[in-house]
Amino acid sequence: MVDQMTARLRAEHVTLRYDQRTVSADLSFAVPDGSFTVLIGPNACGKSTLLRALSGLLRPAEGRVTLDGSDLVTLPAKERARRIALLPQTMTAPEGITVRELVGRGRYAHQRVLRRFSHADEEAVESALDSTGTTDLADRRVDELSGGQRQRAWIAMVLAQETPLVLLDEPTTYLDVAHQIDVLNVLHRLVTRGRTVVAVLHDLNHAARYATHLVAMRDGRIVAEGHPASTVGAGLVAEVFGMPNQVVPDPVTGAPMVVPADTREPAVG
Amino acid sequence: MNRPVRRTAGGRRLLLGTDHRHVTVGVREAAVCAAAALVVAALAVVGLWLGDFPLRLDEVLGVLGGRIDGLTRTVVLEWRLPRIAAAVAFGAALGVAGAIFQTITRNPLASPDIIGLANGSFTGMLIALLLLGGGWHLLMLGSLTGGLLAALAIYLLAYRDGLSGFRFIVVGVGVSSMLAATNTWLLLRADLETALFAAAWGAGSLNAATADVVWPAAAIILVLLAVTPLWAAALAQLELGDDVAAASGVAVDRHRAVLVVIAVALVSAVTTVAGPISFVALAAPQIARRLVRAPGLPLAATAGVGALLLLGADLVAQHVIPLTVPVGVVTVTLGGAYLLWLLVHEIRRTRWSTR
Repeated sequence: MVDQMTARLRAEHVTLRYDQRTVSADLSFAVPDGSFTVLIGPNACGKSTLLRALSGLLRPAEGRVTLDGSDLVTLPAKERARRIALLPQTMTAPEGITVRELVGRGRYAHQRVLRRFSHADEEAVESALDSTGTTDLADRRVDELSGGQRQRAWIAMVLAQETPLVLLDEPTTYLDVAHQIDVLNVLHRLVTRGRTVVAVLHDLNHAARYATHLVAMRDGRIVAEGHPASTVGAGLVAEVFGMPNQVVPDPVTGAPMVVPADTREPAVG
Repeated sequence: MNRPVRRTAGGRRLLLGTDHRHVTVGVREAAVCAAAALVVAALAVVGLWLGDFPLRLDEVLGVLGGRIDGLTRTVVLEWRLPRIAAAVAFGAALGVAGAIFQTITRNPLASPDIIGLANGSFTGMLIALLLLGGGWHLLMLGSLTGGLLAALAIYLLAYRDGLSGFRFIVVGVGVSSMLAATNTWLLLRADLETALFAAAWGAGSLNAATADVVWPAAAIILVLLAVTPLWAAALAQLELGDDVAAASGVAVDRHRAVLVVIAVALVSAVTTVAGPISFVALAAPQIARRLVRAPGLPLAATAGVGALLLLGADLVAQHVIPLTVPVGVVTVTLGGAYLLWLLVHEIRRTRWSTR
């Protein structure tokens, strides 16, 4: 399976560090083209760090991240941003910005000093609004939106970048469950339309349902990866999260579903 | 089809050129700029008209129309025009420098006067004056070097895995205080005449804005303001946070460094001639943003508002207040009131951009 896949984006023996703290050492990883790749793992296991390295925001201390065979750090920022988009965890919406204006900011990599706000930009913005279901919100101010609407607006900004690869760091965190499903469905639609999506998710059952390629990480290492059906098992979840559990088929889709074991203290008396 | 005014993701914009090569101007921002230009022109005529040497308004207009020569012409064009030009150019420069700093740090308090650039420029200028003996070019160089070194020190002290706006300001305030102490110490060591000159300069005044120093400074400012729009798009991306800016294709560290150097150079060019003038850099960007109703700080409108503020303040300082006071005294009074309002507003909003 792994031998047959093609991958434009690869991390080759990378060591990832913040200041002096090493998060991952000698890590190799490839993002299968056309996949919905989901990174899971406990807090501080290095999934966000790996995503930052894959997007070019974090320069590996050793090894390299390659896109179409060339080292990511040698690519000019704009050229990189025409092929890889990232929705990071922290972002700031300027006071009073409308959804359409925010989405338009995603076009930076396609613009030049003498060509901003072209027809191509406007078309990309409209299409990004459409595929995230935010067309009706386009003229609303971002600071007036609900959490779920705001997250879809940010995703629309990333989509307006029109990149074949879309990376998202915890796009569903802080959303209620219905909005989480909304966002995941938007991402699923992207994959069916030929884009490659990589996301960090916290909810194992969402990961198991939506991912076509699941990557489980712990302590900066990749413990297991593959299709959820062949990857997610009680043993792996116990190993990665240190949590006793059972894995049963999801009654709706049949995908693996993780149910934590009952570890409550027995009632006293 | 190319319509001149388009509804874009940047608001309603006037498009000049073809779809492939063009510049665009926000319709509302253009209107604000035009209005500011009109008021500035009117105030400039008033500034050329009023003064110790009595002139009639038609004489001023006659000089501007090239119909009157002689002493009147000398008074208008050689005595009064440099000061007016200085107020306009310096106001625009301070406004744009403020907009750059406030955008990079994503904090409306991050203005060059608060984070210590003006004090750094003053330190550099004092060292040039006291230790190296002066000369206008040396003072300019000293002021520029002082400002740049202060900015570099703040940048390096505040940088940790990226630049947090809040840390940048707190470090800047600290550096500012240290430099102010240094300046006092330098002044105490100077002889009386030098100290008086330096102290008057330190209040921020356009009294020294004579033709020989204003035109070179204004030329430098004009060049800097002309190149700034090349980085306007990157600046707008930086409003979204460093990570989003980088992911969307901005080479964050390089662009930010260029923008800081432009802003510091703008402030230093002003400070060398006029001393530290507060408030304009702090307030002009925020006023312009509210007028344009744009997300982020509009550079052109900020320049217009800054010019208007400083020219207006200087006219008040010269002609409204019974004794002539340095313009810095007027702006610092306005600035104090504005700063108080801003702090209260910010605290109510409690949305410090921290990381």
